[in-house]
Amino acid sequence: MINRLKQASPAVVDGPLALPDKPNGIHEHERVLVLEAGRAERHYWRDLWTYRELFAILAWRDLAVRYKQTAMGVAWALIRPILSMLVFTVLFNRVAKLPSVGHAPYSVMVFAGMLPWFLFSTILADASISLVNNSNLISKVYFPRLIVPSATILVALADFAITFALLILMMAWYRFFPDWRLIFMPFFLVLAILASLGPALYITALNVKYRDFRYIIPFILQFGLYVSPVGFSSTVVPQKWRLLYSLNPVVGVIDGFRWCLLRGESQFYWPGFFLSIAAVVVWLWLGIWYFRKTERTFADLL
Amino acid sequence: MTGDVVIRAEALGKKYLVGHDVQRERYTTLREVITRKVRRLARMGANGFRATMGRGHEVEEFWALKEIDFEIKRGEVVGIIGRNGAGKSTLLKVLSRITEPSEGRVSIKGRVASLLEVGTGFHPELTGRENIYLNGAILGMARAEIRRKFDEIVAFAEVERFLDTPVKRYSSGMHVRLAFSVAAHLEPEILIVDEVLAVGDAAFQEKCIGKMNAVAKSDGRTVLFVSHNMSVVQHLCSRAALIRAGRITASGGTASIVATYLSDVRQESRVSLVDWADRNTTGEARITKLEVGDDAAGNRITFGQDFRFRIHATFKEPFADPSFGLMIHDTTGVPLANVHTVHQGMRLGKVDGNIVVDGVIPKLNLYPGRYFLSPWICNSTASRDVDFPRMCAELNIIPAPGPHGDLLLDPTWGKYFLASEWKLTQSH
Repeated sequence: MINRLKQASPAVVDGPLALPDKPNGIHEHERVLVLEAGRAERHYWRDLWTYRELFAILAWRDLAVRYKQTAMGVAWALIRPILSMLVFTVLFNRVAKLPSVGHAPYSVMVFAGMLPWFLFSTILADASISLVNNSNLISKVYFPRLIVPSATILVALADFAITFALLILMMAWYRFFPDWRLIFMPFFLVLAILASLGPALYITALNVKYRDFRYIIPFILQFGLYVSPVGFSSTVVPQKWRLLYSLNPVVGVIDGFRWCLLRGESQFYWPGFFLSIAAVVVWLWLGIWYFRKTERTFADLL
Repeated sequence: MTGDVVIRAEALGKKYLVGHDVQRERYTTLREVITRKVRRLARMGANGFRATMGRGHEVEEFWALKEIDFEIKRGEVVGIIGRNGAGKSTLLKVLSRITEPSEGRVSIKGRVASLLEVGTGFHPELTGRENIYLNGAILGMARAEIRRKFDEIVAFAEVERFLDTPVKRYSSGMHVRLAFSVAAHLEPEILIVDEVLAVGDAAFQEKCIGKMNAVAKSDGRTVLFVSHNMSVVQHLCSRAALIRAGRITASGGTASIVATYLSDVRQESRVSLVDWADRNTTGEARITKLEVGDDAAGNRITFGQDFRFRIHATFKEPFADPSFGLMIHDTTGVPLANVHTVHQGMRLGKVDGNIVVDGVIPKLNLYPGRYFLSPWICNSTASRDVDFPRMCAELNIIPAPGPHGDLLLDPTWGKYFLASEWKLTQSH
């Protein structure tokens, strides 16, 4: 699979397509790459595919560095969800007396919601600074820039796996195990990644252009944590606001996770879920569109 | 026109926008944008619509490249030379797709690899082995390809014993050797190289140049090569192009282009060396000026006379036992002689602040003609450059009246006048 990189050289446009006016000297049957102002990359997505190995190796690098530097890498992935879970349980259940979903223990419910939330926030936070952190690559080598923020997904997934293992331990403690609905988790996981990717790409591109944008990101994430149903169940939202509330793409993702992890104790709110999916799609489109629009100038800005 | 053109640039141009109040900074901050908007809004409120017609934010166009046209054929090794800021790097960036041209077009036939820096993407926390794979992938090598050449890469870099050591523990020499070694094993059809040979110690540089030579001469490989080292350019390239202020001002045989470049450069910066770009420097000290010959004579001295020079330099902080020297090159950049304080067994003690060093070469016997000079500052053993502005001054040796006239000292017959003794014996 790797050898193909050599044969199908990256971003090579077929001769006749690229040179309709046939300039002298360049054989039409050979592949010719044409660089021109504002020329849309015809084979952007194929390019992305040929560079998949770079994607893998950048993701592997981030992962290796993260877990090599200190034991803190792993510890951080453990401490953060446990502390948040404790705070939320005390705050929302004990103090605010909010109900859990069905018979599920409150802390398990919080944890099931935190799983996708931390995935979302890690991807958003890591991706947004990824281009600036890799500016030496961007200014010295060509590759589809989309690879860099996307590669952060893998690190986020590694943290996700650790948090998930914690959840299983907790479920064992409460003797509350998921049922067959668990098989839908991969679907919701993909949805969670897509939901993160859209806003992440948008913010990543903004962060290249406005270098102080990164100071706003922790604020966005902090705010998002409280407006998303992480510490509480989305059922506590009054029915008339529920649809509007689902405009937040994370809502549908968290509801989905709770549904498949908590034996369906969490009821599915279909109209809201579809709205969330629509929001995910719109964000994803917006993110990719804005990223690609600005991508060509990244090297000049970094 | 032959059908073997692999790179063709047509009316290529690259424009940057330079904002006046942001002082050439490339990115903006949101804060700036917001304050600007608010200010403009406030002004609008105060002056009505008049203000909107004023110039809120002045932006000027800067053409880093303009009307660049060239063709490169398969198998050619082309040197691109020019001063810093002339547009060489921008050209390479456009050709390697890092940045997009603003006008014109480039057609490229074949797989391109660009090497604008050695060790792009090296991560200090990863081991040498891991970095080879990482760097290789970044440069566009497939994993199987790297695996195949792995031993060769390691052997070339001479880091076998440290493969599993994190790169942060490498010496700077090892770091650079490994980085270059990965890059040197790229096998694209078109290779774009920017000033990467100036790495490592002298012995390794020699090895790099040899490797580059092998790469350049191998079958059908097309190489575009930017360097400040004129002797390397002359050694490697069959053709050269000179870039000045974003335009190609001359192109042709390497030797003549190099000569044009070198004489250009010297004329532009006779006064101060503070901003001289082509230099090896650690930043600990900076040569600010080189005075050559007597003031009145400019940079000219008469053949056979004492050659006096004066180096002005500034040390940032106290430096123990620096050494000073002066290298003399011919017009193609080949060094002819190197005089320095270490040769003379001098120890200069602790040096700090602004200093002046006077030197003299008694009875300089170089043939009349033009030469270039590189003053330098090194550590006590002259093994590490502290500041080395290359070929930053010119020396003109004019013929002396008398027996060694112009005719007898033709520079095409030699460079040095050596005193000699002769005796004729007639055998019977």
